Amino acid sequence: MKDKTDILIIGGGVTGCFAARELSRYDLDITLVEKEPSLCTGTTKANTALIHAGFNADPDKLKGRLNMRGNQLYHERIQHELDVPIEWLGALVVAKEEEKLPKLEELLEKGQENGVPDLEIVKGDDIYDLEPHLADDAIAALHAPTAGIVNPFELTVALANNAAMNGADVYLEAGVEDIEDKGETKLVKTAKGDIEANIVINAAGLYADKIANMVGIDKFEITPRRGEYYLYDKQADIDVQTTVFPVPTKVSKGIVVTPTDEGNVLIGPNAEVIESVENKSTTREGLDEVLNGAQKTIPELSKRNVIKEFAGLRPAITETGDFLIEASDEVPGFINVAGIQSPGLASAPAIAEKVVGIVKEEIGGLREDPDFDPNYEGPPKFRHMSHEEQAKLVEEDKNYGQIICRCESVTKGEILEAIREPVGARTVNDIKRRVRPGSGRCQGGFCEPKVVNILSEELGIPEDEVVLESKESKLLRERTKEPLLNEEEVSDNE
Amino acid sequence: MNKQEYELVVVGGGPAGLAAAQEAYDQGVRDILILERDFELGGILQQCIHNGFGLHYFGEELTGPEYAQQFMENVRERGVDIKLDTMVLEVTPEKDVYAINSDDGMLYIDAEAVILAMGCRERTREAIDIPGTRPAGVYSAGTAQRYVNMEQWIPGEKVVILGSGDIGLIMARRMHLEGAEVEAVLEIMPFSGGLVRNIVQCLDDFDIPLRMQQTVTEIHGKDRLEAVTVAEVDDNMQPIPGTEYKIECDTLLLSVGLIPENELSKDAGVKMHDVTGGPIVNEGRETNIEGIFACGNVLHVHDLVDWVTEESLVAGKTAANYLQGGIDKREQEIEVNPGENVGYIVPQKITNDVEDRKLVDLYMRCKKPMEHVTINLYSGDKKLLDKNERRVEPGEMITFPVPEQMISDDMDSLKVDIVKEGE
Amino acid sequence: MSETVEITCISCPMGCDVELEVNEDDDIVDIDGNSCQAGIEYVKNEYRNPTRILPTTARVKGGVLPLVPVKTDEPMPKGLLDEAMEEIAKVELEAPVELGDVVIENILDTGVNIVATRDLPKK
Repeated sequence: MKDKTDILIIGGGVTGCFAARELSRYDLDITLVEKEPSLCTGTTKANTALIHAGFNADPDKLKGRLNMRGNQLYHERIQHELDVPIEWLGALVVAKEEEKLPKLEELLEKGQENGVPDLEIVKGDDIYDLEPHLADDAIAALHAPTAGIVNPFELTVALANNAAMNGADVYLEAGVEDIEDKGETKLVKTAKGDIEANIVINAAGLYADKIANMVGIDKFEITPRRGEYYLYDKQADIDVQTTVFPVPTKVSKGIVVTPTDEGNVLIGPNAEVIESVENKSTTREGLDEVLNGAQKTIPELSKRNVIKEFAGLRPAITETGDFLIEASDEVPGFINVAGIQSPGLASAPAIAEKVVGIVKEEIGGLREDPDFDPNYEGPPKFRHMSHEEQAKLVEEDKNYGQIICRCESVTKGEILEAIREPVGARTVNDIKRRVRPGSGRCQGGFCEPKVVNILSEELGIPEDEVVLESKESKLLRERTKEPLLNEEEVSDNE
Repeated sequence: MNKQEYELVVVGGGPAGLAAAQEAYDQGVRDILILERDFELGGILQQCIHNGFGLHYFGEELTGPEYAQQFMENVRERGVDIKLDTMVLEVTPEKDVYAINSDDGMLYIDAEAVILAMGCRERTREAIDIPGTRPAGVYSAGTAQRYVNMEQWIPGEKVVILGSGDIGLIMARRMHLEGAEVEAVLEIMPFSGGLVRNIVQCLDDFDIPLRMQQTVTEIHGKDRLEAVTVAEVDDNMQPIPGTEYKIECDTLLLSVGLIPENELSKDAGVKMHDVTGGPIVNEGRETNIEGIFACGNVLHVHDLVDWVTEESLVAGKTAANYLQGGIDKREQEIEVNPGENVGYIVPQKITNDVEDRKLVDLYMRCKKPMEHVTINLYSGDKKLLDKNERRVEPGEMITFPVPEQMISDDMDSLKVDIVKEGE
Repeated sequence: MSETVEITCISCPMGCDVELEVNEDDDIVDIDGNSCQAGIEYVKNEYRNPTRILPTTARVKGGVLPLVPVKTDEPMPKGLLDEAMEEIAKVELEAPVELGDVVIENILDTGVNIVATRDLPKK
């Protein structure tokens, strides 16, 4: 690991990676450290994957302003620059009772105040034109055509790689252990070594308060809020066109039903404040709440064809209920980007824009890097190609002729590409998030041994060193016959 | 694109595909191609290294690889074309087959007939909706079987197995013999879906407890599996509050059912049956799409590979007839319907007029175990045939041969029920 | 003093739980719970001399797979299964292996051979 940098970003989620990528436009030395062996393992990993239109967030809050701006930046720039699946499916907030109508009006007004374009309230058959499989007792819906969906994994990986292409250094398994405030600079002690930074950006998500504590900042506290989800098989024949919300109540935002960029249906989340930032466990009660909630808008949903249950944690600052994005008054050169709960993914480009502004102020001006290249292209997607395109791809590289994941038609070529990118994949789950082997209905039953084998060969490590997710999550224990041979030795010694 | 023509393309080189190809060849078809996604033929039998295969078909007890090798040699001797490491991407209703491998690139095969023999896959933790964390160490039994028996890796040291079907039982013995500790085998039903022989020889022999009407209700562990919560269930398979207990383990193997793998079939426009999860077929194993056949576990999950072979020989033979001038159809299609305590019957209909046929085999599963039963075959209200069995259970397929001469032109449906003897 | 031993009969899918009464001289004096003659034969044998086919694997160098499946060519005494596993674990074969190849002759002096159950070509 290098020992000096202009800017050190802590956290390899979408917030940190977006900041790294936006800062790499300038003539700066950028370093990003992530504690896990993979990007995108915290809040970014498990959320609803929405680019909210911006009608729900309070205009008085940072959230409200940044959501709208973020949505705009996705439309104007990100979708053109980065090879990331973004679809503008629109969102519907569905009211089934008369008494919910004022709330719908309120959302409309709030959205208009936030500057969300083309909002309208639709009624009767117009609702069903937008969403034919909606429960048949909908009376009105707020339609937000600028709402979208994005693949948060691919987005984060694209941002990190694009930043790396433009000179940023990304270190994985480099968890921050301590930070020493040396006045002009900060000495950041990581699991990979010490690094001295002029500016530290704290984008540590669920751990942001602990990182801030390291330099003596204790003005905020992160409360993890857990949300649980069900994901359905692509072939489940559940026809959902848009992102469907119920009208929020005071106690609950309600369960969302949305398509994903790959054509699955995702439902969730519930919201439960929990104690531990490590507790990503799903629960019977939580999952039942999710399904019951989702059935209120899309009644045909059931447990049939569910291919995955998961839970994600939101890092909320409950005191304000808002994002906290500011240079610390107490510790110069330390920027907190914390409390990035919903709509954090939608706001991410705007958050990065704001961070750039703060850095500019801190340093006193930034010089653009003339060589900055905003474009990034990820591994090809075999599954989305015509047979002609597939034929051409395999002619160029034989590895695209070897299908590793049969459910999702993922080739060896794509997996190798994911490993060989500037910020390459190192874990089974990272590969799954980037190029999808194991994301389908068999959940890796057939392809996991093959992915383990490819990782082992490419990384030059034995297969039992290959991990699922965290450093400790080894998949295999011992070579078959080893335990018997060892037993033999033990009894020989006796 | 590499364009080729074949009379018959067989998708899958496991026991079903091999037997079907062999029989089609023996019936005179010479232009046959088997497409297999693995690096060798034999399918899942190659990892089923235990004995118990072939008692019906060969009259001797073989291991999975031995059974497979017999058919592999048969197709090789006959000179059937084989492409390994080749994944079929699409079968169109017009029987164009798109497949890919590293050496040929994209293959576009214009086939006159297609036999679907892709087998099945295992149900997952997700499919049975177990809450908890998502650590390493949760495997389907088949994945673990591949690791232990073929890849030479043991996934863990302290094992709990959920599901007492034969794969679960077999893996309990394998893990034990290879030095792992098997804490328990759990079964949500009040009866095991596995053979009695396997319960004795895989569990009792090694004092591995089999706990009935229990299931895993939560998975624990941040990085690697640390424990599972187990609860007793009521007769509706719902966990009974207060009965929960924890078992510490680093590995959970799931043997919770198999699902025919029909994504290709569906894309080809083949109609599926709700209960079997496989195509709806006639007695020749032909689907609703003329010239597309299905056999083996892609059609319905079998208990014994011997039945897979028998069924695939039928499919191979009918495919050959189809290619050699067509199949004569009966004037009236006969529906085959499950009656009391019958879960499903394959074939779902009898449509062909075949000259030299003596028997039509009906394959079926009962819904619940029963002792001393009579299996009755009806045409309308008229009983045609019955046979007695000492015991039936859902885990075991029942074969019911119907003599050809009993099938008459005026029939439009057959029904089978399973009732207590003497009722 | 006689003793009762319970054995599940596996001659057919019925799986009868058969009780054997055994006297102090280890003679079987009564058999109860079977539903057919085959059951009697089975439990007698299972009590006197329980044997099993042992299917497992052996290590192979230079093959397309690192393991080849093997089995005992005849049923072997049940009590020696664990020991046999340890013996087989020590073996490391060289590819190619052919179906039927004897991997261990007369394992643990049982008169039973360990044989390969598939061809395993060289890599």
